Amino acid sequence: MTERTSSPAADLDRQLADLEQEIERLRKRAREQSVSVDAELGPLLERADHLRVQIYTNPSPWHIVQLARQSQRPRLLDFVGSLCSDVMELHGDRLYRDDPALLAALARFDGRPVVVIGHNKGKDTKENIARNFGMPYPEGYRKALRAMRLAEKFRYPVISFVDTPGAYPGDEAEERGQAEAIARNIQEMSRLRVPLVVVITGEGGSGGALAIAVGDVVLMLQYAVYTVISPEGCAAILWHDASRARDAAEALKLTAQDLQTLGVVDEVLPEPFGGAHRDPDATFAAVREALGRHLQALREVPIEVLLDRRYKKYRRMGRILEESTQSAQSSQSTRSPAQDG
Amino acid sequence: MLNWLRRPKYGSLERREMPAGIWAKCPRCRNLIYRKELERNLKVCPKCAYHHRLTAVERLEITLDENSFREYDPGLTSTDPLGFENYPAKLSEARAKTDQAEAVITGEGTIDGWQTIIGALDFNFMGGSMGSAVGEKVARAAERSYEQRLPLVIFSASGGARMQEGVLSLMQLAKTSAAIGRIHDAGLPYLSVMCDPTTGGVTASFAFLGDVILAEPGALIGFAGRRVIEQTIRRKLPDDFQTAEFCLQKGLIDMVVPRTEMRSALARLLAFVGAPRVLPAPIEPAPAAQP
Repeated sequence: MTERTSSPAADLDRQLADLEQEIERLRKRAREQSVSVDAELGPLLERADHLRVQIYTNPSPWHIVQLARQSQRPRLLDFVGSLCSDVMELHGDRLYRDDPALLAALARFDGRPVVVIGHNKGKDTKENIARNFGMPYPEGYRKALRAMRLAEKFRYPVISFVDTPGAYPGDEAEERGQAEAIARNIQEMSRLRVPLVVVITGEGGSGGALAIAVGDVVLMLQYAVYTVISPEGCAAILWHDASRARDAAEALKLTAQDLQTLGVVDEVLPEPFGGAHRDPDATFAAVREALGRHLQALREVPIEVLLDRRYKKYRRMGRILEESTQSAQSSQSTRSPAQDG
Repeated sequence: MLNWLRRPKYGSLERREMPAGIWAKCPRCRNLIYRKELERNLKVCPKCAYHHRLTAVERLEITLDENSFREYDPGLTSTDPLGFENYPAKLSEARAKTDQAEAVITGEGTIDGWQTIIGALDFNFMGGSMGSAVGEKVARAAERSYEQRLPLVIFSASGGARMQEGVLSLMQLAKTSAAIGRIHDAGLPYLSVMCDPTTGGVTASFAFLGDVILAEPGALIGFAGRRVIEQTIRRKLPDDFQTAEFCLQKGLIDMVVPRTEMRSALARLLAFVGAPRVLPAPIEPAPAAQP
């Protein structure tokens, strides 16, 4: 219990947090007592700037969580607006209502028709309230499935953008079958008869993310995260202390780099120094290039081969030990699915 | 209670689980019950009908025909892929507590003669949580169902995905759901039975993908936890929220079946869905225990 998982990057993070507190204390004193603290403040500010550069150069998992949640980070509509043309939004699950937390649309990518689905986080409080902070109800997932069925019918590939804290944990969501809606999507995506490319752009929050994140290729932005439980939730359960989220973020191995190593993510897309929001156009360009390349490759694969590959890709995930052989059967793969038969 | 399936190493299980002595106390009605009577009644309280939680071994015992069970992959276990704090210790603890290698037992057997592939999750093993090994065993069971053209029956009892294996646990939702998808494609039946509790990642994958979904009375069934929901909506939830009966009323499951009638309900369903039947029941004797 007392052993804390820690990395040099996390130490930098802590140092910066301490330093920022110290700076704030000094400034407060200056305000309250009308004294000059410039002499003391100067070196601290310099040190803080230096630390920030170090942190952005090699951010800790906890810092990456912050970047993934950054309010200025490009949102679904930014990605779709930049990458696609002729976007026509589709509404409703035909069963209950339209869920604004999840977008479904017909669109063109590189001039060719695709179906786009994605979690629709807002940029500001007003948008976020309207779109429930990108946390879908079951009807959101059912709308996504309806759109994917359209893609299947017209043989368009599906591009899915993932950015959600999780499926909405509310009473009505439960009553309308949140678990069933997620399970259904996961199952149906595993055998959808068109290419599926997933881009994790921000927060990949557990089942609520996976419900639209099963794909032939899963791409992930460098400072996005993907996790079975939020670091705060994990810390609360494990250590009964949500403030240890920083440690949980380390332990959960939720960064793009970690997930590529674990075989969950096929390709990590680089972000500009300091995060996607510092240069959105560079971010869009990286996503556009990777999407174009993978869609082109997937279109050439016969559908039965693609389905078999997709099945095997997920079938291999995880790490197990079989007693009979005592050898680790690793299903880890860092190869792209295109290399697997 | 039947004891043909209880291999020697499980002999002490019940003593540890239940209060010592010949009397047991029902956690719901607080009545003292003669233990023999409780067990004769499949651990359903004769006073208030509270369904005590069962181990996976007990579940298979009361469901399958005597000596019909053949276990799959008994030595398949999780590793510690993330190097997660205390995980190896927790696994050892769970193994010592349950005498099981992992949180699910899978295999094949017969239910009133109907041949099935069967799995039972064990809530006593780290809350029945699904990590790589549980996902793998469930997926293999589904694949055997596919290969042997036999129905699949899974009893779920789980708190969800196993946090200690991080996103690899989340991927087990995809692995198991994809494998179940193949069964459906092949026109084979899959019956899902939800026991107390079935929550989180297990509900968001194989538990809710059954052709027919059954549940035990009073079982807690839901995706998100009650506390999280109450914090989110800033209201108290009604007592019956997320119970099997609540789910039945909301149209989420097909039937609530008391434990004493579960075996016959499954047999009747298997008759409907065209499982092969062998009479007399046993296929072959259960193999000797393998450590």
